[in-house]
Amino acid sequence: MKVHEYQAKEILKKYDIPVPVGYVTDKTAEASAIYKKLGTPVTVIKAQIHAGGRGKGGGVKLAKSAPEAAEIAGKILGMNLVTHQTGPEGKNVLKILIEEGMDIKHEYYVGITLDRKKSKPVIMVSTEGGMEIEEVAEKTPEKIVTESIEPNLGLQRWQAMRLAYALGLEGDYVKQAIKVFMGLWQAYNKEDASMIEINPLITTGDGRVLPLDCKLDFDDNAVYRHPDHPGLRDITEEDPLEVEASKSSLNYVRLDGEVGCMVNGAGLAMATMDIIKYFGSFPANFLDVGGGANPVTVTNGFKLILSDPNVKAIFVNIFGGIVRCDRIANGIVEAAKNVKITVPLVVRLSGTNAKEAREILKHSGIKMIVVETMAEGAQKIVEAIQK
Amino acid sequence: MAVLLTEKSKIIVQGVTGKEGSFHTQQMLDYKTNVVGGVTPGKGGQKSEHGLPIFNTVIDAVGETGANASVIFVPPAFAADAIMEAVSAELDLVVVITEGIPVSDMARIIGFVRNSKTVMIGPNCPGIITPGVGKIGIMPAFIHKPGRVGIISRSGTLTYEAVDQLTQEGLGQSTAIGIGGDPIIGLPHLAAVKLFAEDPDTDGIIMIGEIGGTNEEEAAAYIKKHVKKPVVGFIAGQTAPPGRRMGHAGAIISGGAGTATSKMEAMRDAGIHVVENPSDIGKTMKSILGK
Repeated sequence: MKVHEYQAKEILKKYDIPVPVGYVTDKTAEASAIYKKLGTPVTVIKAQIHAGGRGKGGGVKLAKSAPEAAEIAGKILGMNLVTHQTGPEGKNVLKILIEEGMDIKHEYYVGITLDRKKSKPVIMVSTEGGMEIEEVAEKTPEKIVTESIEPNLGLQRWQAMRLAYALGLEGDYVKQAIKVFMGLWQAYNKEDASMIEINPLITTGDGRVLPLDCKLDFDDNAVYRHPDHPGLRDITEEDPLEVEASKSSLNYVRLDGEVGCMVNGAGLAMATMDIIKYFGSFPANFLDVGGGANPVTVTNGFKLILSDPNVKAIFVNIFGGIVRCDRIANGIVEAAKNVKITVPLVVRLSGTNAKEAREILKHSGIKMIVVETMAEGAQKIVEAIQK
Repeated sequence: MAVLLTEKSKIIVQGVTGKEGSFHTQQMLDYKTNVVGGVTPGKGGQKSEHGLPIFNTVIDAVGETGANASVIFVPPAFAADAIMEAVSAELDLVVVITEGIPVSDMARIIGFVRNSKTVMIGPNCPGIITPGVGKIGIMPAFIHKPGRVGIISRSGTLTYEAVDQLTQEGLGQSTAIGIGGDPIIGLPHLAAVKLFAEDPDTDGIIMIGEIGGTNEEEAAAYIKKHVKKPVVGFIAGQTAPPGRRMGHAGAIISGGAGTATSKMEAMRDAGIHVVENPSDIGKTMKSILGK
């Protein structure tokens, strides 16, 4: 689960990491008062959306007076911010963060995430602050310095120090950078983050080292031991259909194709998307209704898929294992009666009692194409769309 | 012979009295798997509904039954501890079915697990089956058939799909291993490939991967150098958008790494027969082994 910059910075504060003074608001009218409260000649007004690339899209601006702060706040709040991460449809800005201006000396990068190859967390730093780390990794990998973290011991002071020197820092800046790095590990570890990224981390003319921006992602599996995390979720950042899906515990990701897919199991769901593309169309979604698949999940699945106006046909691909196919078929029939299915429907059931299941479907009186294999199903669905 | 799960395996179920644990214990027994007991703290000395002896601890269970393998059905919050308990009892094999274990829990214990004699399969996996011998996990047994093809896969139902295709083609399986969909797992593709490469009763290997991580690339590099047996491969998630988690905690393209394209390229480069259409997995293996 992603959180906003202002929320991430509140978390950093808990771990004694200094951050610029700032206030978040959703009201233009408060902007000039915040400007005065901050008391610095320059303030930064930043759109709070989950996507990166806000500056380039016009979502980050400097204000040098109270009236200017109000004017900029008015422009950013409510704007549709388009960045390379939001997609062409953009994101409506509902909140802004107004921060004290900083006398930036230099910009760096620091991030912690899981190194899947080593099954251990890794901390990475780079002198190329402000650039996307993927780009740095591709073009100038020698500019990224990493330290592998032993999870039971945590980041060691010598490691943090090595990274600080690797950035070319000197004197008191080194001490402060060590404090930031150690704090970041604490935040990553204690909050069950899956990723923390500070880009940029800055040094200032008045001798400080602090994060100017922060991205933070929590491990959804660990939410049970962080009762405060669900409160940080902002559902306006999510696709409304995905929010709906999460309410009925369905694993759904919206895509931009035209074939709605309903599948049991994540791997098979991805494979189903792939085979639709293989035969010439594109999936409208990833949907895993769970290993079992029962009338309730199938009904919810149909409702969800049909709420997407792009869907021109539905492909149900279920591998019945321990739950027998005939029971699943009855579930599909029941669900199809509850939900008015207005587009062509192709159903493939395989596994235990698949033959009986196909007979149930064929004699249900519901219009659908019943197939035996995935490939046959994908071909039929593409034909149905092209008609 | 087969890999990991053989006639010599004696299995205990950690979480035998829970809903899932109890149900699947019965399924394993129905397949004539050698399940010898269960563990549920506080219920030691009782019998399970299947008539199996229940123990408070894994060490007690091993002492009384001589078990050498375990399957874990305990909830995510207690799973890492249950794994540590099984590994400390020096079992040969631990299969972790539990889905939803925090990554940091796995990161903390994985070093301990890898430095032990225990092979861990999972977490978040369907388990392992050696057709005709037994199954440790939640897969539907009846679709399997004894044979000479080894299967390795990160997912559940997609593994069943591949198994079913092989069975339909008249080819059976030596052993099928669902290695799990999490970012940290005990037996990655590479380790599983090595087992099948060395198994005299396996003639061909099916390797099913998915987006995220570099597990498949590492296995491909090994196959290129060391494996003479034919390998058929498929990568799920060719149409998955970057930065989005596709159901499995580990199925995510992050920072441009872990794409289906890069995995398929590495696999082709290693001489693996990569299919783009998942319906062709069984056929392709049949045409290679039939030659």
